[in-house]
Amino acid sequence: MPTLVSHPDEVRVLSRRFGQGAANIDKYIELDGYKAVQKAIAEGPEKMSAWIIDTMKASGLRGRGGAGFPTGMKWSFVPKQSVKPKYVLVNGDESEPGTCKDHVIFLEDPHAVIEGTMIAGLAIGSKLGFIYLRGEYRYLLKIVEKAVAEAYAKGFLGKNIFGSGIDFDVITQTGAGAYEVGEESALMESLEGKRGVPRIKPPFPAVVGLYGGPTVINNAETIAAAPPILLMGGEAYAKLGSERNGGTRLFGISGHVERPGVYELPMGYSLRKAIYDVAGGIKDGKKLKAVVPGGASCPVMTADEIDVGLDFDQMAKAGTMLGSGGIVVLDETVSIVEFALRTIAFYQHESCGWCIPCREGTDWIKKTLTRVYNGGGSKKDVDNVQYLAENMLGRTFCPLGDAAAMPTIAFVKKFRKEFEDYIEGNKAGTPIITVEQLVGAGH
Amino acid sequence: MSTVANTIFSPELAARFDHLVTIYPLSRSALVPMLLYAQDEVGYVSDAVVTEIAQRLDLLELDVRNVLSYYSMLRTKPAGKYNVQVCTNISCMLRGGYEILDHCKHKLGIGHKETTSDGVFSLEEVECIGACCWAPAIQINYDFHEDLTPEKVDVLFKMYRDGQGKDVK
Repeated sequence: MPTLVSHPDEVRVLSRRFGQGAANIDKYIELDGYKAVQKAIAEGPEKMSAWIIDTMKASGLRGRGGAGFPTGMKWSFVPKQSVKPKYVLVNGDESEPGTCKDHVIFLEDPHAVIEGTMIAGLAIGSKLGFIYLRGEYRYLLKIVEKAVAEAYAKGFLGKNIFGSGIDFDVITQTGAGAYEVGEESALMESLEGKRGVPRIKPPFPAVVGLYGGPTVINNAETIAAAPPILLMGGEAYAKLGSERNGGTRLFGISGHVERPGVYELPMGYSLRKAIYDVAGGIKDGKKLKAVVPGGASCPVMTADEIDVGLDFDQMAKAGTMLGSGGIVVLDETVSIVEFALRTIAFYQHESCGWCIPCREGTDWIKKTLTRVYNGGGSKKDVDNVQYLAENMLGRTFCPLGDAAAMPTIAFVKKFRKEFEDYIEGNKAGTPIITVEQLVGAGH
Repeated sequence: MSTVANTIFSPELAARFDHLVTIYPLSRSALVPMLLYAQDEVGYVSDAVVTEIAQRLDLLELDVRNVLSYYSMLRTKPAGKYNVQVCTNISCMLRGGYEILDHCKHKLGIGHKETTSDGVFSLEEVECIGACCWAPAIQINYDFHEDLTPEKVDVLFKMYRDGQGKDVK
């Protein structure tokens, strides 16, 4: 079971119920559960949808999956009238390396996801929501399934929810192992019983989504933020965070820190403090070398770049991304050549092959970096890696190509000297992966 | 969709599938879960599993195989009773994931995607399993085991070998 952590700087909105047994519906109700959905319904059928969307807009909540798109705006894009049924889709296919926040939400507060799904449904006029969990999360799927069954047993889901005259159902779904399905259109393909290859956009899901109907698809953490936002009010939630980045979010701090864990911090919180105060600093008193700030796809930051606030805009200004909030910390012993190789090996494994730049690019970068890692590289290899990665950017249907290219470019640009020294036989860091492990690797 | 006569699945799973195909706007949405649940029971996605699932969803076997080959958790050959999946992705790598993988290989005497001769364990190196803050982590079937050391792995293997391991399905 994941170890729950805490720190005085945390602001507990999403994690308020963690560790209190709120997976049980009675406990969830005792801790203000299912009040937000009733508050929305109390606005009346005429005003309800607009009230929810206005509150979400005012909250400044931006998508917690990584893209940071304003949630209220996303919900407002769904057409009011639609011949086809509309759907709410919760993305719990958490697969970005370094990210395990949704894991804790499903474990500790599954009803918040269910209630958030209902709220999104009321906002867009949908009668059916899906909660999709990655296949590896079977024990969490069981917890969510039990929570859904409890909500049906109480009459909270199904016909005429809370006397509103509105029906709303929730279906849980398991994946079966595929990073790419975390991309919204690939997830819809998977949920339709197909290979999880992405769809071309436009049309966007808000217009043509699941089964061709207008669909709101949000990350599980985004959805779980809806109930507390409706209860405290959009403005109050927005004030917790930084400018244009409302509220709090769950940051998973992993790698070489003393106290790894999932912490809820206000948006805009200092990255330096997150590493040195909240997570207890670098493990075993070592020095910081680099940080991958928001899951494996985010451009790496060097040790002297960490005086930055953790929100979407400040991180973009710093040349990287807030991403999924998975902060991976690397100490001085890490070889960036090795780390870059392990990162691209992952993307090469996960590339679905649908788009040639991604399929060929990830493969060639992996091959080239493997040669460098094994001591057979030349300086031209470093140029080649950068060239390949830069030519993948923006040239694929889904963001997997970008997710592979962006960190690769940052590794070779920011640590170019380390790559060159490595090629000349002056290898920084302590190797972790052996050549045999690479050859026999599962990725 | 009619209930299949002469099903290869247990009555419980067959009943579950009978229900599953009815709950979605399109029955095909049941395909990925059905393949995984069938694998849980049969041990792998056998030809017979493909045939019956295709029949239940009114799909071609080719459609089923096309989907089957995409998802990394689905396998078309048997694995051990307990499939040990070791994460070596970045967060686990930084905290000893490769050491754990090597230890498992040594301890079980098998490599990636191999099975012990007694059929109890199989081993797999896998990508991020979403336990980054509790690294290094492994999954044995569906159970997560976190903050591992080689010693803790030995204890786990003994537990599973003695039939004391959890086994979430």
